[in-house]
Amino acid sequence: MTTTPQTLPGLLSGARTPVAGHLAWLEAEAIYVIREVAAQFERPALLFSGGKDSIVMLHMARKAFHPAKLPFPILHIDTGHNFPEVMAYRDQLVQALGERLLVGSVEAAIRDGLAHDVPGQPSRNRAQTPTLLEAIRHHRLDALMGGARRDEEKARAKERVFSFRNELGQWEPRHQRPELWNLYNGRIQRGLITDEPGFAAGEHIRAFPISNWTELDVWEYIEHEGIEVPSIYFSHERDIVIRAGRICPVSSFFPARASETTQRRSVRFRTVGDMTCTAGVDTPAFTPRDVIRQIVATRQSERGARLDDTFSEAAMEDRKREGYF
Amino acid sequence: MTLQDASPDLGLLRLMTCGSVDDGKSTLIGRLLYDSKGILEDQLEAMQQASRARGRGELDLSLLTDGLRAEREQGITIDVAYRYFATPRRRFILGDAPGHQQYTRNMATAASTADAAIILIDARHGVVEQTRRHACIAAILGVPHLLVCVNKMDLVDFSHERFREIVASFESFAASTDPQGQGLTISRRCTITNLPISALLGDNVVSRSTHMLWRGGPALLELLEELPGAADDSREPWRFPVQSVIRSGPDVRAIAGQIASGSIHVGDQVVVMPSGIPSRVKSLHVGAAQLAQASAPASVAIGLADDVDVQRGDMLIAAQDAASEDRRPRVLRELEASVVWFASEPLAPRRRVLLRQTTRSSPAIVTAIHHRLELAGDRDASPASPSAPLSLAMNEIGRVTITLAQPLVCDAYRRCRQTGAFIMIDEATNATLGAGMIS
Repeated sequence: MTTTPQTLPGLLSGARTPVAGHLAWLEAEAIYVIREVAAQFERPALLFSGGKDSIVMLHMARKAFHPAKLPFPILHIDTGHNFPEVMAYRDQLVQALGERLLVGSVEAAIRDGLAHDVPGQPSRNRAQTPTLLEAIRHHRLDALMGGARRDEEKARAKERVFSFRNELGQWEPRHQRPELWNLYNGRIQRGLITDEPGFAAGEHIRAFPISNWTELDVWEYIEHEGIEVPSIYFSHERDIVIRAGRICPVSSFFPARASETTQRRSVRFRTVGDMTCTAGVDTPAFTPRDVIRQIVATRQSERGARLDDTFSEAAMEDRKREGYF
Repeated sequence: MTLQDASPDLGLLRLMTCGSVDDGKSTLIGRLLYDSKGILEDQLEAMQQASRARGRGELDLSLLTDGLRAEREQGITIDVAYRYFATPRRRFILGDAPGHQQYTRNMATAASTADAAIILIDARHGVVEQTRRHACIAAILGVPHLLVCVNKMDLVDFSHERFREIVASFESFAASTDPQGQGLTISRRCTITNLPISALLGDNVVSRSTHMLWRGGPALLELLEELPGAADDSREPWRFPVQSVIRSGPDVRAIAGQIASGSIHVGDQVVVMPSGIPSRVKSLHVGAAQLAQASAPASVAIGLADDVDVQRGDMLIAAQDAASEDRRPRVLRELEASVVWFASEPLAPRRRVLLRQTTRSSPAIVTAIHHRLELAGDRDASPASPSAPLSLAMNEIGRVTITLAQPLVCDAYRRCRQTGAFIMIDEATNATLGAGMIS
């Protein structure tokens, strides 16, 4: 079932014809933001989930500093509920690129009592937040780049490119810094280095280099650059159950209920999240071009396939306030 | 690579909307997104549920843009929201700025990156103070195109006469000589296009109105598709603020940055500013791709022929521009600027700030405040006694003199937005205090 790429042409070379039109504008802006983060902060990191948005961000980060290595590590917040294909992709990629990978484990955070599974709820999205904040503290990070896009969700539409977080890691939507032109204010109060447990977290910045991209832009860029993405983005055979009208992948941490029948179906996924809260779609797509055609044709937005956002109208805003990405 | 492969990719246009809540701004945005098929089905479903929950019968398009919970509860917009829509020919980024006068800072934020501003006028009320205020801020922030939309034409029986009246009123305001010396004759700074619309019914928004055949011009979305974007004039002087220097091994040294204006070719002679040291462009690349030339707004890395001293905050310019009085940037220790003040504590003379322009920062002191732009509704009561020194309260705009600890390499904002803009930061709290445009 795992079809991990042996070569990662786009990510390694990036030597295709330069992008044109709106993609050129978006790429130039993203590279500028990534370089600003590297220049303004002492200990930044790039958040990487194995999803297409973070892959595109990583690809442009490599372009931004070519031929040098990245001047920051890659940080993965591992929920323990991953698609195995995505984990294999991550490991191969990091090895092929020779970049530094940090992992913050939700599993370990739960073991250490920093995070908790919510009874009756398989998703570990909420447990990601304390895990991420602990990783920031532990590695003394002062900035994190994330692949969030403003078109994903209403609360994100109002977030800055350089988004300030207080020492508790929280976003305060009413007290955002004005952000004009491309003059990003990344000044923060840094954490203090103490004897034990090592470091008191300070303020930090979450930076979003692909804020202005849409899902369609991301796929057009993937196609143009020839970037490999995890195989689950394309149609494949998998065991699923239908729950609440959604196609849910069956796994050891998301078993079928007694009342449900497991089916083998051809599915693909539009986002790569916690495996327990990512629903699949059954429209066929085998290449980035197929996905682009489907996006143009479809009228169902991407986050609609994430079960965790439908809990309440303000679900995403609440999680962001707590420090979620 | 676009939605329809046959269409030319006209790139990307950034626009902003301004207007008060009652002008129907949110409805217009909803209409642009809805009619251009930018609203996806599940977002629509959530809106319908929210409309029903609030006891509104019909679909309320404004719910689409009012994102944050506080706004939904108060029914107002408190922060700039960015929206994305596309036609087969062009991508649009729309900055939706709140219309309340106390939120001038958000309007300035959206205007700072906008190529075009949509100014909404309620056909029943005509040009009001709010309209003048929005047009002024858009002009000060250098938005090149104003699209004046007279909305709610359905409520004035699609009257051509009423439309003409409002247009005449706006144009006379836009052409009036600025009485306060801010150099703010709007019609000389911006191109102005007027059009009658009904955002509620969709007239002249995406498709041409059948109710106003007396007009006969293109609809708003057609106009937006045709507008020239910013910074695509490669004949402008070349400006390259240095972000960082990339090093790899003993041999590789590349100067990284985003081209602020103009274009550059391999082989061109350049000058490092402010030091004045000359060199030559040996190579240009984006990632591993080698280029022969590059134009704004590309992010590139430049290899220089000589191992000259270059660091973040410097600016590379073309040697031929350096030789031209007309095209060379200015190197200033003291500058005049229009500023918009965001902090609750007023800006008073002798205020110390950290000034950030391009990739360069310098401690600075606001030495004098010369003018305060009196826009309607700025102050409830005007306490200013003629002898008291001027200050700028939150959301006020004025002209100031600033003295810097280190020189800036800059252009007048009207000449180049990227190199003429700055922000002011509080060195103690790190808050962004205000924004400025070099005169």
